[in-house]
This record gives sequence, C-alpha cells and structure tokens, in this order.
Amino acid sequence: MPPLSVVAFMLLAALTLGSAGIVAFSKNIIHSALALLGTFLGIAGLYVTLSADFLAATQVLVYVGGTLTLILFAVMLTSRIEDMKVSNPQGGVAVAFGLIAVALLVLGKVATETNWPSEAKPAVPSTAKLGHAFLGEYLLPFEIGSVVLLAAMIGSVVLARRAVKRAWEKG
Amino acid sequence: MSTVPVEYFLIVAAVLFVVGAVGFLLRRNLLVLLMSIELMLNSVNLTLVAYNRLHAANHAGQNLAFFVIAVAAAEAAVGLAIVLAFFRVRKTIHSDEANLLKN
Repeated sequence: MPPLSVVAFMLLAALTLGSAGIVAFSKNIIHSALALLGTFLGIAGLYVTLSADFLAATQVLVYVGGTLTLILFAVMLTSRIEDMKVSNPQGGVAVAFGLIAVALLVLGKVATETNWPSEAKPAVPSTAKLGHAFLGEYLLPFEIGSVVLLAAMIGSVVLARRAVKRAWEKG
Repeated sequence: MSTVPVEYFLIVAAVLFVVGAVGFLLRRNLLVLLMSIELMLNSVNLTLVAYNRLHAANHAGQNLAFFVIAVAAAEAAVGLAIVLAFFRVRKTIHSDEANLLKN
C-alpha cells in the first residue's frame, strides 16, 4: 500500500490529464467545456498537495467560478448545440505532433535529469505570507494587475456589446 | 509531508502543457483554442508552484502564479468577447473563417 499522499497525487494527476485530453480532443464542445472543470479541480488538488492552500482556493474561485462560467456562456451563445458538427476538421497533424514530441522530450529530460533537492519539506501555511508579500514587496505589480483587470473588463464590454450593424455583417 | 518528488509534478505539468499545445495547434474551433490556452497557463502555474515547494521559505513562485491567474482571467474575458464579436460578424466560430483582413 503506497502512502496516502502518493495515492492522492496519482488520482489528481489522472483527473487532470484525463480531463485535459477530453478538453483538447473531444468533438463535442460541450464535453470540452465541462471537462475543463475536471482539469481545474485536479490542478487545485495538486496545489493542495504542494501546500499552496490559498492558491488552490483562488484557483477554484477564479477558474471554476469565473473563467469556466464565461466559457460556458460563450459556448451557449455561439455554438448551435443541436447539430454537433460545431468543431473540427483537423489539419497539419504530423507537423504538430512532431513539434510537440520535441517539446515533451525536452521538458521531460529537464524534469527527470536535473538534480532537484528532494528532501521532504513540512507543509507551511502560505496565506499570511502571500498577503504580506502582495502589500509589501509586490505592491506595484499588484496594483498594475488591478489596472489590467479593469482595462480588460472595460475592453471586453466594449467588444462584446451589440454595436451598430455594419454593411459587411451577414444576417 | 509531501513524499511525492517534485519531478512528478513537473512531468504532469509538461504533459498538460503538451496536451494544451496539441489542442491549440490542431483544433479549428475558437472556443477550444481558448480552452487550450487555459490548459497551458495552468500547467505553467503548476510548474511554478512545484518549484516554490523547493524553496518553501519565500513564496515568489506562488506570487507569480497569482499574477499569471490575473492575466489569464483578463485574457479569457477579452478573448471570449472577441469570439462573440467574431461570431456576430461571421456567424461561425471556425478559426479558418477569420480572413477578413486578407482581401
């Protein structure tokens, strides 16, 4: 019987990667969007096993609560759900797999052959430290991040609102 | 506590990144492209947090992951708005149809 943390890691990794496979390769865009939920939750679980508790909560709040909802709205608004041919002729499969195989080989080699310090570290609470870092050392990027979010919000409202119909628009 | 070595997390992140990249390169549905970008950003975040585990004293990796999450949220909002605007113009979200600038 392997230790519990290993079992948890294996289950979370399987959830993450299996869902990611469905996201990238499912012919049905609804399945893709819903499988994204599994990926986000699996990543949040992996954050917990890495003792990044606050980041895991943020992952669930931002990705599952925000981004995934947004994506589902976009899917409902744009795809004709009834006829399932909304995706997907593929092209350039061989080239893509060649490029990606090289990337995977390089990443795997780096991950396995580097000597990472491997002693087990105790879990440390992270929330207070993160708060101090954001209001101290990282204050300027923090504020810039809020400005970026505000700009993105205004920009997406401007882009997505129903504008005056132009001459080249169909229908 | 964590007996899983950090290499395993790195490998999971690498495979996740590759799945996202393959999806991004192969698919022709704009929404699936955006989802694949999210997969790649998530894998990078996982790598950052795994590295952070090696240097548990400071939280630079987790801080950086927060900024990545913020930028990813902004990217998703703007990207989906662009997809909606594109759908309104062309009545499709097939990325090969995005050729208005070509003629």
